[in-house]
Amino acid sequence: MSFLSTNIDAIAPMLCVILGALAAMTAEAFRRKGEQMPIGWFGMIVLAGAALSSVFLWDRKLVAFDVIAADNFGLFVSLVLVIVGLLTVMFSSQVIHRDGLPAGEYYALVLFSIAGMMMMATATDLLVIFIALEILSLAVYVLTGIRRDNLAGTEAAFKYFLLGAFSSAFFLYGIAFTYGITGSTRLASVGPFLSAQSMSQNPMILVALGLLLVGFAFKISAVPFHMWTPDAYEGAPSIVTGFMSTGVKAAAFAAFARVFLSTFEPFKEQWAPVVAVIAIATMVLGTVVGVAQSSLKRMLAYSSIAHGGYLLVGLVAANQVGKAAILFYLLVYSVTNLAAFGVIAMLGAKDRPNDSLRDYAGLWHSHPALAALMTVSLLSLGGLPPTAGFIGKWYIFSAAVSAGYYKLAIIGVLTSVVSVFFYLRVVVMMYMADRDTAHVPSAITPVGMAALSLAIIAIFYLGILPAPVLDLATKSIATIF
Amino acid sequence: MLTLSWVLPLAGAVLLLVIPNADGRRNGLIRWLALAVSILGFAVTLMLWARFDPTSGDFQFVERVNWIHIQPTLEIDYYVGIDGISLLLVVLTAFLTPIALLSSWEGIEHKVKEFSILILALDAAMIGVFISLDLFLFYVFWDAMLIPMYFLIGIWGYDQRIYAAVKFMLYTMAGSVLMLIAILALAYMYSDGPGAGTYSFDLLKLYGLQIAPQTQTWLFLAFAIAFAIKVPLFPFHTWLPDAHVQAPTAGSIILAGVLLKMGTYGLVRFAFPLFPNAAVTFAPWIGGLAVIGIVYGALVAMVQPDMKKLVAYSSVSHLGFVVLGICAANVQGMQGAVYQMLAHGVSTGGLFLLVGMLSDRRHTRLIAEFGGLKNAMPRLTAAFLIITLASIGMPALNGFIGEFLTMLGAFLWDPRFVVGAGLGVILSAVYMLWMFQRVYLGEVTNPKNTTLPDLRPREWASVVPLCAIAIVMGVFPALFLSPMESSVQKIVERLHVTQPVTARLERER
Repeated sequence: MSFLSTNIDAIAPMLCVILGALAAMTAEAFRRKGEQMPIGWFGMIVLAGAALSSVFLWDRKLVAFDVIAADNFGLFVSLVLVIVGLLTVMFSSQVIHRDGLPAGEYYALVLFSIAGMMMMATATDLLVIFIALEILSLAVYVLTGIRRDNLAGTEAAFKYFLLGAFSSAFFLYGIAFTYGITGSTRLASVGPFLSAQSMSQNPMILVALGLLLVGFAFKISAVPFHMWTPDAYEGAPSIVTGFMSTGVKAAAFAAFARVFLSTFEPFKEQWAPVVAVIAIATMVLGTVVGVAQSSLKRMLAYSSIAHGGYLLVGLVAANQVGKAAILFYLLVYSVTNLAAFGVIAMLGAKDRPNDSLRDYAGLWHSHPALAALMTVSLLSLGGLPPTAGFIGKWYIFSAAVSAGYYKLAIIGVLTSVVSVFFYLRVVVMMYMADRDTAHVPSAITPVGMAALSLAIIAIFYLGILPAPVLDLATKSIATIF
Repeated sequence: MLTLSWVLPLAGAVLLLVIPNADGRRNGLIRWLALAVSILGFAVTLMLWARFDPTSGDFQFVERVNWIHIQPTLEIDYYVGIDGISLLLVVLTAFLTPIALLSSWEGIEHKVKEFSILILALDAAMIGVFISLDLFLFYVFWDAMLIPMYFLIGIWGYDQRIYAAVKFMLYTMAGSVLMLIAILALAYMYSDGPGAGTYSFDLLKLYGLQIAPQTQTWLFLAFAIAFAIKVPLFPFHTWLPDAHVQAPTAGSIILAGVLLKMGTYGLVRFAFPLFPNAAVTFAPWIGGLAVIGIVYGALVAMVQPDMKKLVAYSSVSHLGFVVLGICAANVQGMQGAVYQMLAHGVSTGGLFLLVGMLSDRRHTRLIAEFGGLKNAMPRLTAAFLIITLASIGMPALNGFIGEFLTMLGAFLWDPRFVVGAGLGVILSAVYMLWMFQRVYLGEVTNPKNTTLPDLRPREWASVVPLCAIAIVMGVFPALFLSPMESSVQKIVERLHVTQPVTARLERER
């Protein structure tokens, strides 16, 4: 296919976001000192454009440049990413003014990383996946350290960058091996080539598989490659933590699923036991260590590790139900986790993040609405009905049960009971402890409140009437695997 | 109609949610509104009863709407219906909710709006548990119910409330998640067999599954442990004294009156009929634990210095009778069990209510602090006496019928169990009457007790219905036995038909 005749429509969502990011950068460059620009609103508009174009592309299975496939799977994840982006931008409107962050750079970086994430979710070439990974990672590294005068933020960014670069090297090495074996990096040609081979014929496949697995495991912070997560999540500005704990995970999981469930599907017998062990370790470590945290951000960092473990269970189970469960869970987890971090971000102040558990004592009395919203998101993270988190977990575990992975399902439900314990610690603080700090957070902006309300409505909607979205997830995944 | 019974309280809760009451100025309005909604809900359940056809053991008022249908893999319906057993439990739930609200009229001073919302939400979720005929729907209500209860204990409870609330939540969840796995496994087996690829959580379809005995054992255990924790069956009972003692009066009434019945109801509706072979195998063991619970609960209750704790342990003992009746798996036992569920709901709900009144007046629940109260408050003493006698199974009061029938059922099953249970009956008379004697009779030992006010009009309104029902249930048991009879028969038949022939022969010998 020649370069010009390719169907450029397939990258329309990405293009929207990239153009928006470029425009935000330009605007910042020409901004006079002290001038206020509605860059956040602009970001929302381009994200809405991305959402619209994704909807138009639905069911058309367009391919651009032979390496970007706008199939329904990729588009579903793109839509999830748009939601993540929209919520992040809405929450950020308050944080940016309060903390004095550079609006233009901030929004440009958010949009660039979303573009990278979308690319990662739709790429069908290992090298393009790698490029997308780098685009999103670089933007997120900078976002982590965007408060240049903040020591913890800088440390977090540096750690994240070093370990991230390290993991990228693994990933790239895995691609190199794959290329060495098959002579291609296109998933479409790697897959058939591999399925003709067997592991005993070519042990190199195992090396390639292992290296790619490590690369992905780093990005989704699966145990034992999770070390960077708590520090990076704690040091970054709260809303950035929310953004990267959801967006990066969603994008990485999409690529993970695409590579491992289609290309490396023939070797599932080899990788499934390994991933199952990783999933168990991730669920157990995430919850058990989460119990011991006194910083809410750190606690949610471990909780997000644990949620990665649940997603891995879906990946291991990987029957029709399991695949749809991954997509649904990504959506649910993104909305819920972002809502929780949104509350944290709103309660922060410029000089202190207000993220220790004690800071939430008696929040019910000072901010009843925020406390209620936080409770709903925490209950959803804990998987209690009638919230979205329950449906997500139920779907993942039903996939595990029907694929015969009873142990995974049992460990999964037991760890979620443990996780409820630490989510409840926050609830206890908010509702049942007396106020002991003079906790006066800045006023909550209407945009931020609107974002939170939308997230909560989504949590209840997906928890009570999940059928349309579940159906969509099932259908969209059926198109490619 | 049936949907209305749980949607109405929920709608009431949402209505209260939108009434602004930041400064507490509308507390009065909110209290009355919540009470009105709960009474209306009770009226709805009474109408259900009036239209209920007692001759049929089938599910009635069935409503079925597609809920989560994913072609071709998944079929979850909003599927509700009641038979005689669930009918009575639904009525009990709706009956105790206004009483719980009345009991907190003065005791709850701060955050009245939130309190009323949670009570109504709890009411809705509990009714939902009893009417669900889809296992998924059932599980949703079952777990959702934990959230309001957790907040009720944790916010309005006594000193150790946080510990008690968290313990309650985690204990119950730990049991119920394993049940979730078992439910998923059932749905999977259905899809593997008659469902031909479609997952269904429809209880009546799952009843028809033929499950291998080995698998039944595991699934039964997962269900039974979840329910045993809820009942609570010895040795899973340790959350109960904490939760009961720390909960506010309204919470205790609902906890004892309804929540515990959800465990026994689960055994009757799900664990036993779904896995009849395993149920028959394990029945002697569970029955044994029930007898241990009866005696143990009674002995521990006897030495409690705290009235609320005493009543809490008496619940462990009384619920043992219910479980024993279920394990007997004959019509008498099952009917007795269901009757005892209702009776215990009324009498223990009443005991917690009355203890709560004393505690509101004196801010202590220690038996030693009281004595000779009959001089200061003769009316409250009379009410307490009626409820106490009802609780220990005095003939002509509600407790007697239930205990008698369960023991009759247990006797027909295996007389050995009755020995222990009979001991429990005697012990229950000992600890209850002894408490009554120490609190109400004799001379006034503590000068603080001389001027306590007797029942107020609002308290009359909550006490009289309870006493009246206790007497009606004792004198006209047929009123309550007849609607459940054919439903109970149906469940018992199910247990015996599917039982292996050899086991039946062995029993008849």
